[in-house]
Amino acid sequence: MTIDGTDWLVILTGLAAIAWVNWYFFVAGRVPAAAAVSVGGRPGTGAQEQTITVDGGYSPAVVRVKAGRPVRLVFDRKDTGSCSEEVVFPDFGIRRFLPAGERTIVELTPPAAGRYDFTCGMSMLSGALVAED
Amino acid sequence: MSSSTSTTSSTVTPGMTSAGAAPAAAGGTHDAIRIPVTGMTCAACSSRVQRALQQQPGVTDANVNLMMKTATIRFDPGTVTPERLVETIRATGYGAELASPDQSAFEEQVARDRAGAAEFRELRSKAIVSGVIGALAMVLSMPLMRQMTGAAGPHTHISDPFMRRAMAVLDPILHAALPWLYAIPPVLILWLLLLGTLGVMAWAGRHFYTRAWAAFRHHSADMNTLVAVGTGAAFLYSVVATVAPSFFLRRGVQPDVYYEAVVIIIALILTGNAFEARAKKRTASALRALVQLQPKTARVVRQGPDGADIEVDAPIETVEAGERVLVRPGERLPVDGEVLSGESAVDESMLTGESLPVAKKPGDAVIGGTINRTGAFRYRATTLGSDSVLARIVKLMRDAQGSRAPIQRLADRISGIFVPVVISIAIATFVVWFVAADSAPAVRAFAAAVAVLIIACPCAMGLAVPTAVMVATGKGAELGVLIKGGEALQRAGDLRTIVLDKTGTVTEGRPTVTDLVVAPGSARAADDVLRLVASLERLSEHPLADAIVRHARDRGTPLATPEAFESVTGRGAVGVVEGAAVAVGNAALMDDYAVDPAPLAGEAERLAMDGKTPIYVAINGALAAVMAVADPIKDTSREAIRRFHALGLEVVMLTGDHRRTAEAVARQTGIDRVVAEVLPHGKLAEIERLQAEGKVVAMVGDGINDAPALAKADVGMAIGTGTGVAVEAGDIVLMRGDLRTAAQAVTLSRRTMRTMKQNLFWAFIYNVIGIPVAAGVLYPAFGVLLSPILASAAMAFSSVSVVTNSLRLRGARIS
Repeated sequence: MTIDGTDWLVILTGLAAIAWVNWYFFVAGRVPAAAAVSVGGRPGTGAQEQTITVDGGYSPAVVRVKAGRPVRLVFDRKDTGSCSEEVVFPDFGIRRFLPAGERTIVELTPPAAGRYDFTCGMSMLSGALVAED
Repeated sequence: MSSSTSTTSSTVTPGMTSAGAAPAAAGGTHDAIRIPVTGMTCAACSSRVQRALQQQPGVTDANVNLMMKTATIRFDPGTVTPERLVETIRATGYGAELASPDQSAFEEQVARDRAGAAEFRELRSKAIVSGVIGALAMVLSMPLMRQMTGAAGPHTHISDPFMRRAMAVLDPILHAALPWLYAIPPVLILWLLLLGTLGVMAWAGRHFYTRAWAAFRHHSADMNTLVAVGTGAAFLYSVVATVAPSFFLRRGVQPDVYYEAVVIIIALILTGNAFEARAKKRTASALRALVQLQPKTARVVRQGPDGADIEVDAPIETVEAGERVLVRPGERLPVDGEVLSGESAVDESMLTGESLPVAKKPGDAVIGGTINRTGAFRYRATTLGSDSVLARIVKLMRDAQGSRAPIQRLADRISGIFVPVVISIAIATFVVWFVAADSAPAVRAFAAAVAVLIIACPCAMGLAVPTAVMVATGKGAELGVLIKGGEALQRAGDLRTIVLDKTGTVTEGRPTVTDLVVAPGSARAADDVLRLVASLERLSEHPLADAIVRHARDRGTPLATPEAFESVTGRGAVGVVEGAAVAVGNAALMDDYAVDPAPLAGEAERLAMDGKTPIYVAINGALAAVMAVADPIKDTSREAIRRFHALGLEVVMLTGDHRRTAEAVARQTGIDRVVAEVLPHGKLAEIERLQAEGKVVAMVGDGINDAPALAKADVGMAIGTGTGVAVEAGDIVLMRGDLRTAAQAVTLSRRTMRTMKQNLFWAFIYNVIGIPVAAGVLYPAFGVLLSPILASAAMAFSSVSVVTNSLRLRGARIS
């Protein structure tokens, strides 16, 4: 077996492709905390409300809220993939079915400051609720 | 319950007071909604509400029914919201509320089932059509291969033995049967295949690509990404080979096409997904059965226009607490309540697992969703809507299925990085094959890389634990055991010690007369003694007196009214019944009246040794009898403790009772160790002590008095008494007061843990073996290479097998 010029080209391209895949999914995908959406109070109810669009992922994926106050998340599901049909908040014991094309409300109260991840039913899509004091 | 709002929602934290439902996306110009209205008593009331609604801008039609207590409104969702309509009704002075968020458990299940059924039907038809096209594509490809094989040496893109043999067998048959097929110019066949494949990808496989793209935009990747990249790459490769074969030929590579592979891969994955959708639906069958227990209407007694009582079939959400409800034999009870008149036997098996119908008489509690068997009765509605026993059970089960078992954490961590890692492996596979293969490097490199992408299956890992939790919680509910989540399930599987509260758990929890021994030489019969004693004790408020009166009533003994009664604190009671002087109490009381208890002292001692409380009876100054009152051990407790031992559990009993009583109970049931005379906080300390020894401890208690101990234990099991169950307490609720169900809970948990471990093992090992084999690690030694088609078949059925393995729990015998 000899390694010729074409082989070197394939090896280098392959390594570059692997590097790019890992960068794209693991590094570039991480939402910087500064880009998170902060949620204000909803007049009248005092609840913090944020609509999250579900379409192969969550936008916004990170929502900043005040700890200890009720949060109302409206999941607006645009896609029909069975992966995104559920949203799970493991810390709150919530697994909610999201009918396609509809808005589903999830209400919870983060007990203390911290990061509360949420995922789809199979942990493939993820987002987070960041509670602050 | 609003018909226009199909949104689901739930309040998780107490104290939230937001409106329940938000309007669905405006689909048309008019929505219809039905709002329950409370407080209306006459026709004038209903017409006032109706008028107010009709004057509300945006309302096209409003109809208020006094008997049904509902307002049915057609409105323009662009102008007015359901919340505004509720305010309009309230402004007239009557009560109105949208369906509360917690009631949506019922609707959610319906929506989920509808979506699941539609998904299954769509997947099935797509799988069938693409399967047929795949078979056609295979037939069309065969002459293509023969021609290519003839032209340039052995064909290489089918390298695994299975596919090679299939082709070798089929080719001569096909050649004999359809010789004209082999006369079609290859270019025409190639273009036919290209178009057919494009059609399948754009129709049946469309969602793989759109979802993969949507995920890609969010920097995430899932199963669709793998399928899309794998089939997409195979398709593009084939298109280049078709449109510009010289591109390959110039480099000494056969212009192979993978059209039939792409179509068959899509067909197989769709088939797997369809099976998976059907199997997943079955995992929720127990929850679905519970949801369907709730009747939609109730027959209630309401005042008609003329003020007379009439029976109305009213929507369930309009029934108010205190209303009278009627049920006939064979009907399902619409709401929880308390029997007013009539007697019957009610089948509560669907909620408590109790197989025998339970007798109900006036004053007894009944649960909505159970079936009335023998007689008609009237009852008063008590808890309704989201507070009802059924709704609370449904909510608990739903929450349980939303929880995660700690064992899943590793699977979750792997799922999160799985797809990008697999793509990296596929690229590496391509590179290694390209560099290392002696002949046709690009073709083999490409087939191996595609096989890696297609065989990798993250879904099996994601399904391994949740499907087992779903099926196990459902199975538990059928047995009368509510398990509140994956974590409780996992800890219950690890139990080593089980701590039982005595009163109400091991024993019935209410003192009962167990013995009545007449004094030797006494002229009075046992029934006679019981009648006099019970008649006297009617006026006493002591718990033991209550047991005696109940015992007499149960035996149908007619009771007289005592002519005199006096309670002697700490000793008993004395009085006159039917002219006879009766003294009932302990030895000290006998002494006071100069009665010698000696003739029955031996008997009394024996009763006391059995953990019973002896009570002497003297009539007209002579010792008449000794009675014993005890909290009897439940029929099922002995068997339950035998089962705990069979499971290898150490059984400890905690009680505030006297040591002698406690030890008698322990002796009779086979309990290993007794901690008697403990104060409530002592129970907590005892559990902490056991935990400090490194034991995983369960506490079984009534959920009210034992709540702190239940919370402290690794697994708190709240034991219920039919309707009097505190379903919110503990990690596991035993719906009927049968201790054997605690053993069932432990058995079920251990069985479920086994299933989860099997599932996780297979999901891991499948990928750990499948990916390297697809990459070709076995090739240098054994010449084995997987075709992408076989890889897709393996992938499609790996997740089905995991779900099927979880479903096996449904049929498990749990004793």
